[in-house]
Amino acid sequence: MKVAYYPGCSLSGSARELDTSIKAISSPLGLELVEVPDWNCCGASSAHSTGHFLSFALPARNVIKAEGAGCEEFTAPCPACYVRSFLAQKQLNDDQTMKQHLEEALDQKFGPSTIKIKNVIEIFMDRVTSLHVKKALNGLKVVNYYGCALVKPPETFGFFDDPENPQSMDKIMDLLGAESIQWPYKTECCSASLCFTNQDATWKACRDILQVAEDSGAHAVVAACTLCQNNLDMRQTQVNKKYGTKFNLPVIYFTQLIGLAMGIPGHKLGLDKHFVDPKPLLKSLNLY
Amino acid sequence: MKESNVSKVLHKNNAFLEKKREMKEINVTQALAKNNAFLEELREKSGQDPGQCFQCMKCTGGCPFQFTMDYPPNQIMRMLQNGLIDEVLDSYTIWTCATCATCSARCPRGIDVAKVMDTLRVIAYQKGTTVKGRNMHIFHTAFMSSVKSHGRLYEIGLALGINIGTRKLIQDTDLGLPMLLKGKLSFLPHKIKDKGEIRKLYDYARKIGE
Ligand code: SF4
Ligand code: SF4
Repeated sequence: MKVAYYPGCSLSGSARELDTSIKAISSPLGLELVEVPDWNCCGASSAHSTGHFLSFALPARNVIKAEGAGCEEFTAPCPACYVRSFLAQKQLNDDQTMKQHLEEALDQKFGPSTIKIKNVIEIFMDRVTSLHVKKALNGLKVVNYYGCALVKPPETFGFFDDPENPQSMDKIMDLLGAESIQWPYKTECCSASLCFTNQDATWKACRDILQVAEDSGAHAVVAACTLCQNNLDMRQTQVNKKYGTKFNLPVIYFTQLIGLAMGIPGHKLGLDKHFVDPKPLLKSLNLY
Repeated sequence: MKESNVSKVLHKNNAFLEKKREMKEINVTQALAKNNAFLEELREKSGQDPGQCFQCMKCTGGCPFQFTMDYPPNQIMRMLQNGLIDEVLDSYTIWTCATCATCSARCPRGIDVAKVMDTLRVIAYQKGTTVKGRNMHIFHTAFMSSVKSHGRLYEIGLALGINIGTRKLIQDTDLGLPMLLKGKLSFLPHKIKDKGEIRKLYDYARKIGE
């Protein structure tokens, strides 16, 4: 199946690991990734904070380009990009005024958009089977951290899992042989979006999440959201400094662990790009 | 203990509460009349009706950042119902809401509270009432100008713009070098080929004033 892949600005930068691991696992799972031709930044929260038209037009241009490349599905692993693309497609199909504006601005006509826009968990959750597991992740205890953006609010952004107690990543981890610990912070907000307006709130949110994860007995936090992963991994030293804690919890993308269980070597999954190095943990379990 | 004190206090307080009640009633009516147009705009832009809120406080109970707010989310809804628009737009709440949508997922009246907060931010931004959200203003402006010139985000350029704009020159610089070393930041901007198209979108946005 041909899947349009929209890396967005973060996957070529701060979320390198996610990009690398998605590329490594896709073809063994039967997906042909096609990078959206000449994609542009979706504008994320900035475009819609500054005006209506650009917040629609920037992601709409990407969706249209993906459609033109003959793909059936579209994924944008960054949840901010995903949400913008999802809403832009909705507007392309339902909001005739906005569509006309876009057609006028680019001097082109556009038909209805039918490409299926899926978030990063949705793309992989039904494709991984036990047949893909070459090296089970035995002994690895994890907490699955979905964060808020991928699951809330369900009606607006395409329901795919429970907004309070999601299960999709837990099921994937179980399938890979890791042990998913149930914990209360699955969908707690990490506050990445507040890092400019209220950095104290960001640190506190990170501290709380890391604390509950550690108390649950997890070796690592499994993430799907680029903002969460970045925030918890990169700011762990800042949190330790501020609160006098000694957290040393690797924050790993679920796609990296899928790859590891499929027998793909760690350096091809971006496992050397983390701030909190997951290698010692993985080596101790004979997984690296 | 002098008995009379209690009744005095009660009397005094009653008079005060009476006055407060009176004042509020007048203010609310006036505020509503004055701000109906705003509430209409808010309903149209957000697709949400704060009038539906019946003050169950589930939103506030689940809000992870309520402790940082000057008014909890349920109170914002009440203030909107009462037409206290300036107070809402001037609140710190709208800037320290992280848009996590826990409130929206739980509201029994089906109000997307996060969307209301978001729309309030956009309106505040457009009206220029962003004193408490000043850093966000700087961030968004720097972000959009980066996209305008490159078609994509230029992370180092953006970070520099923000740090200069907010006069916090060393914010998060402890993260910059490790990010560079891990290949997570690049010195040069990524550019798209068809920058002309992006230009057209920006020009059009200016033309229609959105
Ligand atoms: S959860 Fe909904 S109804 Fe309850 S107080 Fe909040 S906004 Fe109002
Ligand atoms: S979206 Fe905002 S108001 Fe609602 S729960 Fe999250 S931080 Fe609180």
